[in-house]
Amino acid sequence: MKTSAGLHFKTFLLILLMVIFGPLGNVFLGKGMRGIGAVTSRAPAALLPMLGQILRSDAIWLGIASLIAFFLAYMLVLSWADYSYVQPASSFAYVVVALLGHLVLHETVTLTRWLGVLVICMGVLVVGQTPPRTTEHA
Amino acid sequence: MLWETVLFGLIIVAGTVGELCVARAMKKVGEVTDFRPVALIRVILSALQVGWMWLGVALMAVAFFALLGALSLENVSLVVPVTALSYVAGTLGGKIFLGEKVSSKRWAGVALVCIGVTLVFIGRK
Repeated sequence: MKTSAGLHFKTFLLILLMVIFGPLGNVFLGKGMRGIGAVTSRAPAALLPMLGQILRSDAIWLGIASLIAFFLAYMLVLSWADYSYVQPASSFAYVVVALLGHLVLHETVTLTRWLGVLVICMGVLVVGQTPPRTTEHA
Repeated sequence: MLWETVLFGLIIVAGTVGELCVARAMKKVGEVTDFRPVALIRVILSALQVGWMWLGVALMAVAFFALLGALSLENVSLVVPVTALSYVAGTLGGKIFLGEKVSSKRWAGVALVCIGVTLVFIGRK
């Protein structure tokens, strides 16, 4: 079992990429959907034209590209690190999302919501102190 | 509100189960040590030969469209933190389906994350 500094650095680097591209993707998607309008209907006749609008939105495609970058980093890190380590460790992305939502999309982020984000961060710190791999693989 | 709950449920359940399938597939592929583009393409190709990867990607696509629906109704700074409810599902899934050991410290961290998510939801105004 590898527990070298290299494995930890590799893990850190890829989680950093996830934390950047994941939120960026979500913010782009949010921007795109805001331009398209609320999806309230479940009727195919109403959803299909909306799908057309979604596929023609630049912001949506930028979001998809960011999420592909996120997904690639995610797949790679999962090839050696535990899912139950990677998922909590990458949750720092929630801070980035709240920050970008506020700065880029001008969303109102209340004090309670920031407090929630802070508590999520504390959770992340606790989780980050646990080892990246607990199972042996042949 | 019911429709939003359905969307959030889909994002959390389909997303988490999808990720678990992907994680399972990547463990089959084995640790990636070569990060050159050609080697990465080979990793993707061998991942696509694992059935779990396809199931995972299909479920994640469902979660993606549910996410688009939710983002059309609510702010990004609400939608994304609420989807963090998948932490409970994810940790349980990692423990049950992937045989990962979850320490009490990690459970404590996950619990804190859950409390944070609840606060984010309460702070909706």
